[in-house]
Amino acid sequence: MPTITIDNKKVEFENGMTVMQTCELAGTEIPRFCYHEKLSIAGNCRMCLVEMEKGPPKPVASCAMPAGDGMVIKTNSQMVKKARKGVMEFLLINHPLDCPICDQGGECDLQDQALHYGFDKSRYDENKRAVKNKHMGPLVSTIMTRCIHCTRCVRFSTEIAGVDDLGLLGRGENAEITTYLEKTIDSELSGNVIDLCPVGALTSKPYAFKSRPWELSKTETYDVLDGIGSSIRVDTRGKQVLRVLPRINEDTNEEWINDKTRFAIDGLSRQRLDKVYVKENNKLNTSDWNTALDRIKDEITNRGKEKTITLSGKFTDAETVISSKIFSHALGSNLYDCRFDNAQLIHGESESYKFNSSIQEVENADAILLVGSNPRWEASVLNARIRKTYINNNCKIGIIGPDLDLNYPYHKISKSLTGLNDILENNSEFSKILFNSKNPIIIVGTSAINNEQGESVLKICANIAKKLPNFSNSFNPLNILNQDISRVGSLELSFVNQYFDGDLEAKLKEKIKKNKPVVFLLGLDEISPKSLDGSFVVYCGHHGDVNAQYADIILPTPAYTEKSSTYMNIEGRVIQTSRCHNPLGEAKEEWKIFKVLSDLLECEIKFNNLNDVRKKIVEHNKNFLEIMKTNNSSNLSFASKEKLEEQTISYNISNFYMNDSISRSSETMAKCTNEILNKVKAS
Amino acid sequence: MLREEDKIFKNLYGFDDWSLKGANERGIWSNTKEIIEKGSEFIVGEIKNSQLRGRGGAGFPAGLKWSFMPKDSGKPHYLVVNADESEPGTCKDREIMRNDPHLLLEGCLVAGFAMHANTCYIYIRGEYYNEASNLQKAIDEAYENNLIGKNACGTNWDYDIYLHRGAGAYICGEETALLESLEGKKGQPRLKPPFPAGAGLYGCPTTVNNVETIAVAPTIIRRGAEWFSSLGRENNTGSKIFSISGHVNNPCNVEEEMGIGLKELIEKHAGGVIGGWDNLLAVIPGGASVPLLPKSICDTVKMDFDSLKEVQSGLGTAAVIVMNKSTDIVDAICRLSHFYKHESCGQCTPCREGTGWMFRMMEKMVKGSAQVDDIDKLLDVTKQIEGHTICALGDAAAWPIQGLMRHFRPEVERRIKEYRLEEVA
Repeated sequence: MPTITIDNKKVEFENGMTVMQTCELAGTEIPRFCYHEKLSIAGNCRMCLVEMEKGPPKPVASCAMPAGDGMVIKTNSQMVKKARKGVMEFLLINHPLDCPICDQGGECDLQDQALHYGFDKSRYDENKRAVKNKHMGPLVSTIMTRCIHCTRCVRFSTEIAGVDDLGLLGRGENAEITTYLEKTIDSELSGNVIDLCPVGALTSKPYAFKSRPWELSKTETYDVLDGIGSSIRVDTRGKQVLRVLPRINEDTNEEWINDKTRFAIDGLSRQRLDKVYVKENNKLNTSDWNTALDRIKDEITNRGKEKTITLSGKFTDAETVISSKIFSHALGSNLYDCRFDNAQLIHGESESYKFNSSIQEVENADAILLVGSNPRWEASVLNARIRKTYINNNCKIGIIGPDLDLNYPYHKISKSLTGLNDILENNSEFSKILFNSKNPIIIVGTSAINNEQGESVLKICANIAKKLPNFSNSFNPLNILNQDISRVGSLELSFVNQYFDGDLEAKLKEKIKKNKPVVFLLGLDEISPKSLDGSFVVYCGHHGDVNAQYADIILPTPAYTEKSSTYMNIEGRVIQTSRCHNPLGEAKEEWKIFKVLSDLLECEIKFNNLNDVRKKIVEHNKNFLEIMKTNNSSNLSFASKEKLEEQTISYNISNFYMNDSISRSSETMAKCTNEILNKVKAS
Repeated sequence: MLREEDKIFKNLYGFDDWSLKGANERGIWSNTKEIIEKGSEFIVGEIKNSQLRGRGGAGFPAGLKWSFMPKDSGKPHYLVVNADESEPGTCKDREIMRNDPHLLLEGCLVAGFAMHANTCYIYIRGEYYNEASNLQKAIDEAYENNLIGKNACGTNWDYDIYLHRGAGAYICGEETALLESLEGKKGQPRLKPPFPAGAGLYGCPTTVNNVETIAVAPTIIRRGAEWFSSLGRENNTGSKIFSISGHVNNPCNVEEEMGIGLKELIEKHAGGVIGGWDNLLAVIPGGASVPLLPKSICDTVKMDFDSLKEVQSGLGTAAVIVMNKSTDIVDAICRLSHFYKHESCGQCTPCREGTGWMFRMMEKMVKGSAQVDDIDKLLDVTKQIEGHTICALGDAAAWPIQGLMRHFRPEVERRIKEYRLEEVA
C-alpha cells in the first residue's frame, strides 16, 4: 500500500484518498467548512490548507488534493498556521458575530474553529456586509449575513435532493446563497441543509429561539414515521421534544432524514390523548383507568370473548403486537390483522413483504423497476439513494404507475398493472434493459398490491425477479416497500388473519354486523369509522385523530419518543427505540393494558414486564433476536406465471407531510402542506 | 530590434486585407498540409525546441503543455483558445483576431492536430464584437475552402472550430473558469488537480492556450524552432506583441523581440513618455496583475519573463502601462484593487473577503485617512490572500498593492501624515 508522511508520521492509505482523509488516518484533525463526506468537493473555504513538501511553494487544499505515494505533508508548520489564521480572519471580517442571539451558538463550526485558529481581536475597521434574508419556505430560516459561502447547501440540494432550488448568485463579496425567486425548497429532504450549514445562516424555523443545545437532553433512537427506521437523535427538554437530528447509519438513512421525521415533532404535543375517556350518551367523558378497564371487561364478556377483533396501526411496535396477540389467543380469538391498507401478501412467505435486497444494495443497482411506488414520498431517504445510484451507476429506472416527479429521469412503462405482463414476457423496452443489466432490482409499493390482484402482482414480480441475472440463494432482487414501520414486524409475528385477505374493511364490516364484538384499534386511524358501526371500539393510541372520536373507550398510550419499542424496518432490520422522556398524562404502554385486562378477564397471560414481552417476541420469531441485523432469505418459491388484468394504479399516499396521526397534528406539517404542496404563498 | 522579415504578425495594424485572400498573400495556409503530415510528435517537438512560452501571462512552456495531452485516452480531445482578453492594458489578441484571423485559425488546426483534438473552441470576450464578427467570417471562409472541417486541408484530419462569445467576466479568462463557462455553468475556477490536460472540457483532455501562443505556432514550424529560439535569449525566446498604453505619445501594439529594453521599447515604438523619460513615474510592465516598477528600474530592465521576475515583477501579457509624474499612483493602484474586488468570483474565502477589504483600505490610503500601521496591515492582508486561493486572481489582486508599497511607501506615508496635519489644523 502507498504511504504518506503526515507530520513525521507515516501512514498507509488506499489509492483514491485525499490528503485530508489520510490526515484523519494519521489522527490529525484538519479544520474545514466546505468539505463534507457525502457531497462533492468544492475546496472553496480554504480552511484545510496544508503544506506539501517538494510541492508548490504555497499551501494546498487538503480536501481536494489526491494523496500520493511518498508525499510529505505538514499540518502544523508556520506556513499552515499562518494560512489558517488568515482564512479564519477573512471568514470573520464579514460575519456578524451575533453568536449570543444565534441558534447555531454552541454547535457552530465557525465558533469552534475560531476558538482554535482565530485572531484574538479584529483588525477589520470597515463596515461589515449585510445581506438580505431569503425566504426558503416554512422549514428553513435564513440569516444570510452569517453565510460563509461554503455552498454545502447548494451542493446538497443539487446533488442529493435533486432540486435546483438553491444557488449562489452574484460574484465576489456580493455573492449570495439564494432560492432565486424567494421560492420554497421543493424537497422532502430540505431540512438537512440546516445540519449541513456550518454556521447559523440556515437554521430551523420551527426551532427558532426555542433552546440552547446545552440545555437539551439528547437521546439516540430511531424514527418511526416511515418504513426506513432512520437513526435519529431526539433532543428534549422536560416532556417536550424540541428537535430531531439524523445520526449516521449507512445501512438505512446515511446521514439524512426527511422533513416529516425532523419537523413533525410539534405534533407530539398537540391533539394528545393524555387521559382515559369513556363514552356515555354518545359523549366522550374523561374517566379513570379502573372504570374504563372494568367496562371493557364487561363488554368483552357480554359480546363474546372469542369474537374480539384487534387491528393495529401505523406505529404499532412488536411489544404491542405480541401482547395483543397473546391476549387475543387467551380470549380464544384470532381475529387480528395489521393490513389496514389492504396490502396483500403470500401467507408464510416473508419475502413477500420485506425489502429483501437491503437498502444499501440499492446503491449497486444498475436498473430499478418501480411498481406502484412513489419512493420520494414513501421513503424519501431511499429515494435519495436511488438518485445517487442513478448518478453514480447511470442506473436506469422504470416505473409502472402514474407519472411522478422523482428528481431523476425514468422510463414510463405503463400506468396499469398489465405492464408487468409485458416485462415478464420480455416484451417491452424496459424489460430488455432490466434483463440485460448486471444488478437489477424490483421495488414493489403497496399501491400495487392493495387490490384483488395483489397476490398475483407479488407472484408475477417474484417470477420476474427469479429470472433476473443476479437472483441467487444469497441475493433476492425483489423488494416490497412498506410505508409503515409497524408492518414488517407485525407480519413477522403473524399478526394477520387470512379471513381479512382481499378487502379488510368489507370483511371487518361483515364480521361486526354479525358479531357486534369489541374492537381494539391500536392507534389505527386509517380505516373508515363507518366500517366499525355496531361494535364496541376501544382505541389505544396517543393522538385524537380520526377514529378516536368514534371510540367508546379511549386508552392513552405513549408516543414513539416516550417508550422503548422494538420494530422491524422494511428490510426486516430490528431496531429498538429509546425512551426520550416520560409519557404524557396517564398514558400506559399497551402491553401493560393487555396484561391488566387479562387479569380482569381471568385469562392469564404469561408476561409481567417488558423483558418478558421481549422474550415472547423472540419466542415467536427468532429474527427479532439481534438488534440492527436483518435475516432475509432468497427463495421466491411463490413465483408463478400469472396474467394480470387491466388495472390502473393509483398511489395510496396523497400528502407526504400529513399521513399519520402525529404529522396530521403538526402545525409545521400543515404549513408545509399549504406552502409546498398546495403552493400557497406565505403571508 | 526585430527585423521586418522576422515578424510573425504581418498585418497587426490591419493595413492589409484580413480575409482569406489577404492571408494567403501573407503565406498563411500555404503549406499547412505539409506541416501536419510531419506528425504531431514533430510539431510538439518543434514547439518545445523553440522554447515558446505561453503568451497569456503565466509563461508556461507551450510545448511542454501540449505534450501533457494523453496520446490515447479514448475520449475526445479539445483545444480551447482563450480569447477572453480582459487583463487591463492588454489589447494584443483583439488585433490578431480582427486583422489576421486566419493566422489564429491555422494555428488552431496545427496545434489541435498536435494534441489529437478534432474540436477547437475559441472563447472570445463578449465585448469583442467586431473581432468575433471577423473571426466568424474567417471561420466560414476556412470551412468553405476546406481548410477546416472534414478532411481539413486534405490531411484526412477532421477539424471543427467553434467560436463562443463570453459574457464579459474577467474571471472567465482563467483557464478552468473558462471551461466552466464554456460548459454553460457559472464561470468559477476549478480546483487543480485535475489539470485540464487530464480532465478539462466535459471531463475530456483539454489544452487551453492564449490566442497569441496558438497564432505563432504555424510560423514557428514553418521557419523552424531554431529561427524562433535565435530571437531573444535562453528560455525567453522569440518575438512578442507588446501593448503600450498610458502616458506615452503614441500608444500602440508592437511586435518586438523578447528581452528588448523597456526604455527602448517605449521610446522607439510609443514615441516616448509624455514629458520625456525623466517625467516617468512608474510602469506596470505586464498588465494590471503584475507589480509596478519605478523609473529607476525601468531605466535598465529588459522585457522578458526572467528579467522582470528578477525585479519582482512579471512579463504577464506584456501590456506596458506607462504612468508619468502626473499620475496619482496610489489612486491608480486603488482603481486596480476596485477592479479585482469587482471581478472576484466569490468562490473562495480569501479572494472574496480579501479583495473588498484591500480595496477599502486602499481607498483610505488614497485619502490618507489611514494609520501608518495600516500599511503593514494591508501588506499582511495581501500576503494572506496570495497563494491561498483556488486561482491566480487572488495573487493578481495582491501583487499591485505589494508593488506599490515596495516602491512608493514613502508617498503613502506622506499622505497619511499630511491628512493628519490637516485634521489637526
